[in-house]
Amino acid sequence: MSNLIKGKKYEWETVIGLEIHAQVKSNSKLFSNSSTAFGSKPNSQVSLVDAAMPGMLPVINKYCIEQAVKTGIGLKAKINNYSVFDRKNYFYADLPQGYQISQYKYPIVGEGKVIIDFKDGSSKDIRIVRLHLEQDAGKSLHDQNPKKTYVDLNRSGVALMEIVSEPDIRSADEAGLYISKIRSILMYLGTCDGNMQEGSLRADVNISVRKPGYEYGTRCEIKNLNSIKFIKQAINYESQRQVEVLEEGGVIEQNTLLFNTSTGKTRPMRSKEEAHDYRYFPDPDLLPLEIDQEEINKLKKTIPELPDDRKKRYVEDYNLSNYDASVLTADKLVSDYFDNIIKSDKTLKESSKIVVNWLTSELFSLLNEKNIEINNSPITPENLGRLVKLIKEDIISGKIAKDVLVEMFNTKEDPEKIIERKGLKQVTNTSEIEIIVEEVLEENKKMVEQYLSGKDKLLGFFVGQSMQKSKGKANPKILNEILKSKLSKKH
Amino acid sequence: MKLDTNTINKIAKLARIRLSEEEAKDLLKDMNSILDWVEQLNEVNTDSVKPLANISSSILPQRKDEAKDINSSDEILKNSPDKLEGYFAVPKVVE
Amino acid sequence: MSFKSISHLKSLLDQNKISIKEIAETYIKRIKEKKELNIFIYFNEDKIHEQVKEIEKLPNDKTLKGIPIAVKDLFCTAKMPTTAASKILENFKPTYESFVTQKLVDQGSMFVGKTNLDEFAMGSATNTSYFGNTINPLSKNDNPLAPGGSSGGSAAAVAADLCLGATGTDTGGSIRQPASFCGVVGIKPTYGLCSRWGIAAFASSLDQAGVFSKNVTDASILLEEIAGHDQRDSTSSNVQIPSFSKNLDPSLEGKVIGIPKEYNIDGTSDEINGVWEDAIKSLEKKGAKIKHISLPHTKYALPTYYIIAPAEASSNLARYDGVKYGFRASDAKSLDDMYELTRSEGFGKEVKRRILIGTYVLSAGYYDAYYIKAQKVRKLIANDFVEVFSDCDLILTPTAPSAAFPLNEKQDDPIKMYLNDVFTVPASLAGIPGISIPYGNDKQGLPLGIQFLSKHYHEQEIFNAAFALEKDYE
Repeated sequence: MSNLIKGKKYEWETVIGLEIHAQVKSNSKLFSNSSTAFGSKPNSQVSLVDAAMPGMLPVINKYCIEQAVKTGIGLKAKINNYSVFDRKNYFYADLPQGYQISQYKYPIVGEGKVIIDFKDGSSKDIRIVRLHLEQDAGKSLHDQNPKKTYVDLNRSGVALMEIVSEPDIRSADEAGLYISKIRSILMYLGTCDGNMQEGSLRADVNISVRKPGYEYGTRCEIKNLNSIKFIKQAINYESQRQVEVLEEGGVIEQNTLLFNTSTGKTRPMRSKEEAHDYRYFPDPDLLPLEIDQEEINKLKKTIPELPDDRKKRYVEDYNLSNYDASVLTADKLVSDYFDNIIKSDKTLKESSKIVVNWLTSELFSLLNEKNIEINNSPITPENLGRLVKLIKEDIISGKIAKDVLVEMFNTKEDPEKIIERKGLKQVTNTSEIEIIVEEVLEENKKMVEQYLSGKDKLLGFFVGQSMQKSKGKANPKILNEILKSKLSKKH
Repeated sequence: MKLDTNTINKIAKLARIRLSEEEAKDLLKDMNSILDWVEQLNEVNTDSVKPLANISSSILPQRKDEAKDINSSDEILKNSPDKLEGYFAVPKVVE
Repeated sequence: MSFKSISHLKSLLDQNKISIKEIAETYIKRIKEKKELNIFIYFNEDKIHEQVKEIEKLPNDKTLKGIPIAVKDLFCTAKMPTTAASKILENFKPTYESFVTQKLVDQGSMFVGKTNLDEFAMGSATNTSYFGNTINPLSKNDNPLAPGGSSGGSAAAVAADLCLGATGTDTGGSIRQPASFCGVVGIKPTYGLCSRWGIAAFASSLDQAGVFSKNVTDASILLEEIAGHDQRDSTSSNVQIPSFSKNLDPSLEGKVIGIPKEYNIDGTSDEINGVWEDAIKSLEKKGAKIKHISLPHTKYALPTYYIIAPAEASSNLARYDGVKYGFRASDAKSLDDMYELTRSEGFGKEVKRRILIGTYVLSAGYYDAYYIKAQKVRKLIANDFVEVFSDCDLILTPTAPSAAFPLNEKQDDPIKMYLNDVFTVPASLAGIPGISIPYGNDKQGLPLGIQFLSKHYHEQEIFNAAFALEKDYE
């Protein structure tokens, strides 16, 4: 699949780097004791430190450091034993200190990488430059009052991990896969809740276009995108815009852009950003952060199985395709559910493909319809496993199983109970089926004659009729055999 | 002369301090003499010296992850020169 | 009624010879009489009477029960407004009490008011305050003198008998130099010994709280109360605080005292050098061993300081933007307009000068040449002390190059003003403790100060030596 954009004159390649801001999952803020809970009354979760009252000082949250280290391990990155908190100085209404405490020269996590998987089974490495810890700003609300901007500091000081990628991404789809993968890793690790709607995960996109093989073009930065859909839309729009500008002989101005979600267009930020000069310097209120190897090793032991390891296990142990395995492992909850099905019965391991099928097509469509998350599924993994087992053992047919699944979904009952209650057990008793077949052949003498005179296709008709008579319960294989043998005897 | 009026105005803009022409002229003189004076540090050979950011020899203290500071929004907003509907209010910003 | 010292007043209290209320009334009267010295930014009789009621309830074993204390108006106080001597903190009423002042409150001290200072502690004469100059109480009528700075109000309050102790902060000499000018004792302890929590920041890597008092014993009593570890300050030292006052020991037998040759500088008056000589002789007589030492990077301390302190200040003072508290300029059309008007009207000239210097030395292209360079030289200055203290217990120097100067002097040339801190700044950069005690007078009868320095956390050593030396003038 080619990622190139066809312009009017040339083909262009999009070059993308992402800065992801992931909110650290923690009870309290990075440098203060106030709560990180979402959706509270404005300015109700603001400590004196967050409001930058005179004489207030930062004290770092140990858990946030651990969360960053764990994330670094999950991104297969180098954990730096020595890192420094710097002040990034700029003025903005929702930045009470007049600076953001961040990490500049010495981030807590260095180079790492993330693998993204494509539908065709291939994959690609996206390199991570660094991960650093920093404070979130407050929130400015511009449309509450015609003359004023309102400031809510509840988010001020919440810990963020900024994850910076190399410009290794070449299309909107790749960007989507990359951010999904990061999100998935963070959620496996429990270091970020991954909730993009609430802004726990958002991204700045650096984007430029070039003719393949040429130097990088001038890049623009699209700020603060909080859904994968918007990231893709913004990339598609912006790359197309840049191509058009360049093909018309224009130049790309290095700019900070905003993406308008209703028009689907990007535009330069209006607030004049005179040349940034953040005047980074080590925060004299804090000392360098030193983490010894022993501590890192201890944290390594707490790292759960991550999506890539799980994917590998699924491919090797369950014979799943690379892509199926990556889809399944993308969401930890789905993957956990799958693991629980397989774990519930030894014999299901061989049927893993059938399990995947029942999980990702049948159960998912029921869940989607009712908008239920998998962890709240009315059907337990054990019960779904039992249903698959019933199919495998020819106790019910696949078709009946679908009805049973719906019933399980609605009543939370065991599949066996439903089958029992509704008498849906498959008929495998040959004499019972013989009687049905006899009746069908008796009722359709004309058809039988036609069949015998060479109309082979009518076999399907007899199968259908017999199945109907059995209310769908006849074992299709046995039914077929009996039909064929009865018909051949009529010759 | 290290600084010219242009530079000092740029610096003042970064620091969000508005200077009258006269103030700028005054400050320019002072700042240039201060910058000339600190120039003497260049006499010191610091090639193999590690910069010292904080004299403290202790290690960075780390606190437990507990949400325990409870301040009411009234308390936080108490000193604000302009507050409305539980928010700090500032002149309208156009992004 | 006259109270010589904290211990004197305590004994009067213990013997029921005076009540808390009477103490309050005595000091209220005195403060009112000395109004023209402009020592206090905030003084309110009612607030003192309110405290009397609270203090009376406290048990008698509270170390500072009923002791009148003045607080530099850089410490945030819950019951009195806090201004940092700046218009920009107009009407600011903290909802919290600084670590240091809370400790004093807990021990029963009576806050008589908030003292004047240089705006945000930036100055050496208490003449950059938005609330006007403080006048040195030792001035003769026709020649008003500066009290030194930045903690000039606190030093003056002790000198004028308006309290028995006062808090100060010292970033480059702001306790020791005014102590010298006003003829009182002033100690700046080791960086980190007293929490910075609740003190409006000037330069975080240098700021250190300390105290003024009438004698060394009182200083030791006050310091042991305000020192201590604070989890809310990441640079606060986690060390055991000795009982300085109980351990006071004037014996100097065998102590090695270094005399740095670099502290002989042009422009220091002969009288000051004479006092220094006298002190050396006295120490020798008391059994100390005098050692002539060298601190080779001394001359670079001032320029180093005047890069580092403004750099940190430029960032520390960014929070004064008119949004959360304090002054906001009216009629601003945009957010940037509001910032610029607020900050240019809210800050005084010296503060602006330092913010701009600081902004410049941190800005792209200059950071390495100025800021990093200064941090490296700071390291060398700190190393000088480490080396010297490997075979010295103490260092003795003058505190300031001159006695208190007239108020109207030294206003134009900032560098000339900065030179006031020439003897105090090196210890600030190295984070080591220093004390200034009055030791003799100049021809005009103005007090001169002498400074002891020692290793990190060797405050006891300093108190002991100062305690020994102060006996020469008792």
